[in-house]
Amino acid sequence: MVKNLINWIDARIPMTATYNRHVGQYATPTNFNFWYFFGSLAMLVLVNQLLTGIWLTMNYVPTAEGAFASVEYIMRDVEYGWLLRYMHSTGASAFFVVIYLHMFRGLIYGSYQKPRELLWLFGMLIFLVLMAEAFMGYLLPWGQMSYWGAQVIISLFGAIPVIGDDLTLWIRGDYVISGATLNRFFALHVIALPLVLVVLVFLHLIALHEVGSNNPDGIEIKKNKDENGWPVDGIPFHPYYTVKDIMGVAGFLIVFCYVLFFIPEGGGYFLEKPNFEAANSMKTPEHIAPVWYFTPFYAILRAVPDKLGGVIMMGLSIAVLFVLPWLDRCKVKSVRYRSTLHKLNIAQFAISFIVLGYLGVVPATPTLTIVAQVFTFTYFGFFVALWVYSKNEKTKPVPARLTH
Amino acid sequence: MKKLLIALVALLPTLAIAASGHVHLEDANVDLHDKASLERGVDLFQHYCSGCHSTQYQRYERVATDIGISADDMRNKYMFTDAKIGELMQNAIPPKDAAKWFGATPPDLTLVARVRGEDWVYSYLKGFYKDPSRPFGVNNTVFPSVGMPHVLEELQGTPVKQEDGTIVVTGGKLNAEEYDQAVRDITGFLVYSAEPVKLERQAMGWWVLGFLFIFFIVAYLLKKEYWKDVH
Repeated sequence: MVKNLINWIDARIPMTATYNRHVGQYATPTNFNFWYFFGSLAMLVLVNQLLTGIWLTMNYVPTAEGAFASVEYIMRDVEYGWLLRYMHSTGASAFFVVIYLHMFRGLIYGSYQKPRELLWLFGMLIFLVLMAEAFMGYLLPWGQMSYWGAQVIISLFGAIPVIGDDLTLWIRGDYVISGATLNRFFALHVIALPLVLVVLVFLHLIALHEVGSNNPDGIEIKKNKDENGWPVDGIPFHPYYTVKDIMGVAGFLIVFCYVLFFIPEGGGYFLEKPNFEAANSMKTPEHIAPVWYFTPFYAILRAVPDKLGGVIMMGLSIAVLFVLPWLDRCKVKSVRYRSTLHKLNIAQFAISFIVLGYLGVVPATPTLTIVAQVFTFTYFGFFVALWVYSKNEKTKPVPARLTH
Repeated sequence: MKKLLIALVALLPTLAIAASGHVHLEDANVDLHDKASLERGVDLFQHYCSGCHSTQYQRYERVATDIGISADDMRNKYMFTDAKIGELMQNAIPPKDAAKWFGATPPDLTLVARVRGEDWVYSYLKGFYKDPSRPFGVNNTVFPSVGMPHVLEELQGTPVKQEDGTIVVTGGKLNAEEYDQAVRDITGFLVYSAEPVKLERQAMGWWVLGFLFIFFIVAYLLKKEYWKDVH
């Protein structure tokens, strides 16, 4: 009976073939470690954002007059509205935590290298759209930080010569952030960008399954197949990695739910304190700080004394990640078999990113600006140095089989 | 690299002080489980504050239910407008008139404890002192040049700032300890208002975490079983 139904469907669409290609018979390396949880977790958080977002939309009012009150209405009068809202707000931060770790995994194991350049590019596009999505979503509660954060970020476009002022006007739909801005950000946040995100995630997965997963050893398991054409170091994604990822999900949810139920404000980093006050165009908050996940790039922006220069550097700090597959000219992928210099370079890059993130949170002082400049230099230095030394890098011998 | 890090770490304490603001705040010690204190907070807030300050994102009925006040008590003792019990806690004076009288519209206080923090609210209510140079004759230690009168003066008495910075109070219906408690009651009510679901959220959190721990163990054992044959 079931078999007949499956045959009937398979004669019309490639259901079984698709399942086998992407899940049942997708060959995965046996040696995935902790770092490999974050891809599936990113998917989990995406689904969380989509679902809670749909339900929040049912009670949210996207107008300058009604937005703030409607969020409090959700927090108080909607059954479990507070839970939906906290799941969504905590999910936003969790998304970036997971994505940053996922990107770092790609960085240390050389997952961006040939033949995974497109996979990396789709991932970078996801990151870019995610930043736009988060930025627009942050305006919607219409709190003080929503308003002034958006004001600051959008005004950055004004630094672009010639078209700058018209461009900011075009983005805002008004001379200041207003109800018009809120309406269009709402439309983009709930429809346009999520659609783009889902399409990009789809492409990301197609690209991944075409070339196969990298692994902590950076060895292509497809190069070593048995007589049936199955990689010797491969196991099918299901059930092995489905059960493993379920364990990862459980671990992640423990941390996620701890934040959600006990510190939903995330110490003022996930939900900023001034955002519990309704937007007021006549009153600027003492200190305007973007949400934590933007602060490394914000620190780079502020480190440059010239506004246009700062905007360019901030743009570059993200753009340079796109060309990473071509900056790294080494043939060895995993950090395990690369030079000490490369290890140190990655370590200093991680430190630079974290320090910049911290500097973006606190108010700028002359001393801190110098510190930010130093770490902006080391941030970009990572890429320059990588390009220089990777050509003739002294690597260790790469084993033929996975080492675990 | 290392030197930079050391320099950065050395800078941290100064930064922290600079960022934390300028005044010392007293610990509010609010206990949201203390329903009696919350009810006294409603009482004090409605009598002394609600004339000018709304708490317009919450409803009378919800407050009554959560704090354990009967609907009749809520209506008769704590509601001074012609609002119905299911309505939002708006105040009696029109915002425009308020702006004219005080120079600015008195802010809504539903979320003040989340914006400023509970210790700030507590210290603010204790921070008034006599200052004839101000329009209402008082100033505030945590909110300099404050634009409102000291509405709790009949309870606290008249606070006068001494040359060494301490405040000495004379008169008032309550002694220092009683006044602290009254202020703590009001603060408690505002902490409740800022997030009425807080206690429920935490209680639910333990169940969720408990479930997740069990789920994690099951998932771990399942993974171990499936992976037995992978070498």
